[in-house]
Amino acid sequence: MSIWEYANPKKFMETTARLMPWLVALTAVTLIPGLVWGYFFSPEAENFGTSVKIIYLHVPSAFIAINAWIMMLVASLIWLVRRHHVSVLAAKAAAPIGLTMTLIALITGAIWGQPMWGTWWAWDPRLTSFLVLFIFYLGYMALWEAIENPDTAADLTSILCIVGSVFALLSRYATLFWPQGLHQDASLSLDKAEHVADVYHRPLVLSIIGFVLLFITLVLYRTRTEVRARRLKALQARERMA
Amino acid sequence: MIALLVRDIRLAMRAGGGFGLGLAFFLIAVVLVPFGVGPEGGLLGTIAPGILWIAALLACLLSLDRIFTLDYEDGSLDLLATSPLPMEGVVAMKALAHWLTTGLPLTIAAPVLGLLLNLPESAYYWLVVTFLLGTPALSFIGTFGAALTVGVKRGGLLLSLLVLPLYIPSLTFGAEALRRGAEGMANTVPLLMLAGITLGTIALLPFVAAQAIRINLR
Amino acid sequence: MMPDLGKYETVILSSYGASLLLIALLILASWIRARRVQRELSRMEEHRRHAKRPSGPPDAGAGAKEDS
Repeated sequence: MSIWEYANPKKFMETTARLMPWLVALTAVTLIPGLVWGYFFSPEAENFGTSVKIIYLHVPSAFIAINAWIMMLVASLIWLVRRHHVSVLAAKAAAPIGLTMTLIALITGAIWGQPMWGTWWAWDPRLTSFLVLFIFYLGYMALWEAIENPDTAADLTSILCIVGSVFALLSRYATLFWPQGLHQDASLSLDKAEHVADVYHRPLVLSIIGFVLLFITLVLYRTRTEVRARRLKALQARERMA
Repeated sequence: MIALLVRDIRLAMRAGGGFGLGLAFFLIAVVLVPFGVGPEGGLLGTIAPGILWIAALLACLLSLDRIFTLDYEDGSLDLLATSPLPMEGVVAMKALAHWLTTGLPLTIAAPVLGLLLNLPESAYYWLVVTFLLGTPALSFIGTFGAALTVGVKRGGLLLSLLVLPLYIPSLTFGAEALRRGAEGMANTVPLLMLAGITLGTIALLPFVAAQAIRINLR
Repeated sequence: MMPDLGKYETVILSSYGASLLLIALLILASWIRARRVQRELSRMEEHRRHAKRPSGPPDAGAGAKEDS
């Protein structure tokens, strides 16, 4: 019994069909209490007032936005090395989720930045790298859409994902070279969980777990769709040949 | 390989090739800036490094989809793939030809246009240096993007979307090195990073791009 | 029950609103696509079962990926 057995689409579909209800339930019992706790029962912060409540959305979505790309990178590598279709379809399924999470992180950040920093947007390295990440997700999805042959599309998007990861890291470090002052504001950000006091930490961790479960559930759900879509395409192709 | 290089350069130089197009775009973009932001010399001088870099980048982007599309459509790419030349070499030559017909002319034209933008005198040396170090990366990254989208019809927009984020590190380091150089600050680190990215892309991307071409021709 | 959000009320409400809306849209889009693909696939397989039964072994080869 190895993990590679799940690379068999049939086995994958059977297992995930059994898992789905549990995952949905788990997501519901972590995400909803996490956000409710954060929204209703978390205290105000000294410097930020009630606006601190936004971190229960901002930090988890940013966390997922980055890790979704890493998951896509790993899945793409597995596809290129071992040619398991489920793997690359999971990467394809994860991209729109990553895109949405990046957008949520950007929007909540902008809404928070407006009263706190006095601006919706600053060309801060962290903000900029999320914008770059957003473009990477868009490009990755666009390449999937543009190529007819599913195996060609899978190969090329995997290559893009790997090369993109290198350049995403490079641009993260490139923006650090900008003059100081532009990213002074970032020090205000409660980005690192360990910098946050326990009262914020506990609901935050619960929301992050909720977001992670939401991500896993959605990825599996969308991967199931992609596996079916792939089979549909194969059937249609055979129909046309016959 | 040399014959391929010469052929590609000839094709680009011919009317309708990428040679005039990129250069003309660069010229137009830079000349239009003062009309947009006003003729004030101090302001123009401050933003000139960034403007020159962005205009060069966009001019590069414009001619990218010509790298493989024509060869793909008339079948010569299939011939090249079956020829004894390794695909990596073909890709590298294509990228080099692209650089010789866009990056190099842009580097030569940039100081003249810097004059129009009231670029500070101390910056001309760094302008040429950063362009020389940076524009090869633009060509090689662009060739990789063109290799990815070679089978896509009307893939121009897709190509730009894919390549643009890949250009960001080069743009950031290039413009930053130029800006620091113009202000007389130490710019060794961004300069080295810029050169590092260029060398890295020249060394690695032809292999990746060749793989992408093979997948597309499969 | 509603916490007093003070001067950041619009800020917080709009962030929660926008985020939940986006997540809802994502789930909705995934669901709609899943439904459509599933419907078309079952129609296709139904069609094949009726049309292809006499000729050739059913579901042999590369297509036999999944039963749904």
